[in-house]
Amino acid sequence: MSGPLLDIRGLTIGIPNRNGPPLQIVRDLSFDIMPGEIFGLVGESGSGKSASALALMGLNRRPLTTLKGQALYGGQDLLAMSRRSMRKLRGDRISMIFQEPMTALNPLARIGSQIAEMFVLHRGLSWSDARPKAVEALAAVQVPDPEGRARAYPHQLSGGLRQRVMIAVAMACRPDLLIADEPTTALDVTVQAEVLRLIRELCEREGTAVLLISHDLGVIAQMCQRVGVMANGRLLELRDAKALFTDPRHPYTQGLLAALPRLGSRAVEGRHRLADLDTAIDRNAPGFAETYLRPRGEAA
Amino acid sequence: MSAATLPSPASEPILSVKDLHVRFPVAGGLLRQRRIVHAVNGVDLAVQPGQCVSLVGESGCGKSTTALAIMGLQAPSSGAIIVEGRPVYGPGAPDRLARARLAQIVFQDPFSTLNPRETIGRALSQPLMLHGVKDRCERVDRVATALRQVGLLPEHATRYPHEFSGGQRQRIGIARALILGPRLIVLDEPVSALDVSIRAQIINLLMDLQQDLGLSYLMISHDLGVVEHVSDRVAVMFAGQIVEEGGWREVFTAPAHPYTRRLIETIPNPARLTGGAQDILPPAPEPPSGTRFWPPIDQRPEIGRPPEPSTFVDIGDDHRVRVRVG
Repeated sequence: MSGPLLDIRGLTIGIPNRNGPPLQIVRDLSFDIMPGEIFGLVGESGSGKSASALALMGLNRRPLTTLKGQALYGGQDLLAMSRRSMRKLRGDRISMIFQEPMTALNPLARIGSQIAEMFVLHRGLSWSDARPKAVEALAAVQVPDPEGRARAYPHQLSGGLRQRVMIAVAMACRPDLLIADEPTTALDVTVQAEVLRLIRELCEREGTAVLLISHDLGVIAQMCQRVGVMANGRLLELRDAKALFTDPRHPYTQGLLAALPRLGSRAVEGRHRLADLDTAIDRNAPGFAETYLRPRGEAA
Repeated sequence: MSAATLPSPASEPILSVKDLHVRFPVAGGLLRQRRIVHAVNGVDLAVQPGQCVSLVGESGCGKSTTALAIMGLQAPSSGAIIVEGRPVYGPGAPDRLARARLAQIVFQDPFSTLNPRETIGRALSQPLMLHGVKDRCERVDRVATALRQVGLLPEHATRYPHEFSGGQRQRIGIARALILGPRLIVLDEPVSALDVSIRAQIINLLMDLQQDLGLSYLMISHDLGVVEHVSDRVAVMFAGQIVEEGGWREVFTAPAHPYTRRLIETIPNPARLTGGAQDILPPAPEPPSGTRFWPPIDQRPEIGRPPEPSTFVDIGDDHRVRVRVG
């Protein structure tokens, strides 16, 4: 069996403080992602999941600083890499999509050239060779009329189409890892279903691994093989998806699942009050500090 | 089973919407000809006192336009909206002030409805002032009561909107809706911008308030998990029309219209992974003989084309679906 694609060890992110210990946003985060795997990171706002993803991409801005840790990718530590080599890797071997595609797309450039740019920058193609490849990439993400859409500007597309364009940009160079940070949170449910299916099918075909970040337990359950639950900057539980949802161990995970109005639960449980994480869970209790991190493959 | 949850026919609905149409003219196309968008196309709804009725659908289906029309913020092209026995539009319609006491609305993003330079106390007491509560002590008192009702503290009245978290802001939005004591509250995506734990707290609060104050809700939402959890009745809207309507149990356990079924199927649901029996949709029922479910869901109706005639038929005790004859 080959080793992990990305091995994150003890990632700690924080804000340095001249007069004392740094304020830690993410503490001692360790997990790995296997080639082709869809790994989910779930947590609420402020849990540190996005800061962790941005650290991997070398995109955190001051004062947020990576204080400790390694992220090994093909023998190299992403966190210790020069900006220059990181820029080469980013978009080529590791790429990222965000919640709001409109903020990631250039409003003044046509869709086609924003995709073609990837081939020019990372593959050294000429613009005239890159353009037909951009149309192919649009076709691969099932955008109807790819040739016409390549000439369109971002504002002329719907939210779902824009996210498909972002996926086309991210997948253009067939990366090893796609980091998807809340990719469908802004979309309608039926569009969300289509975009999720597209990500899964495309990554399966290209052998791309996915780090899927979401606050939506449903999305995570549907997409991921393994799931990490983050809260307060720490990884509390890391399990096979099925084990996590059938038999959550950490009180926070249990609370999170009980706070979710699940479709189909009312017929069984009635119109009950939902669990209140703030009152049901004492984040300072000793039990909260415990973690449930199961190695891959081990039965739950 | 479902007969017990049926409202007694004698009770007067607190809100009734009858054959509501809202059309917008849009310029466009060749020769700039004017076309008409049928945003809302013949919606019928009734909310009984103390009930929560949910209107479900995706962006652009007309659910928010319906909500705005009910609030008196979007004049209908035709049809009637009656709140507590009084028509919202036309002769005999209450003026803005009177309307504000009948129905209030809670928006998805309360921050955008609050003046950043005004304290919460001021924002909450202003409606009281406008509605003739002259005594300052009484206003302070009522603001404190409203803040307590939504789980905040009277001291919060001196703070500004930016000092509150997202969940607290939504509580303020609810307090603002409650301050004039309306019996009907329209909830427009009240929890979709919130985190799981905050969402649970706000849903619990809304359920508590409904019970304690005898409120009636019309909830607009695309989150079917939330809708199933809190609603008494559910109406599913697609392309300006209600395509399925009924008690929550009927709609969620025996969804009939292809659009309702698609919505339920496409919700990512952890229960699917754990193999919960309740997750499996029952087989699709056949439409009543000689009809087909309407409208077809794979083609969006063309802009500017009036919708084709269809009818709403009973398919169960408390369950109706839109079909077309022939």
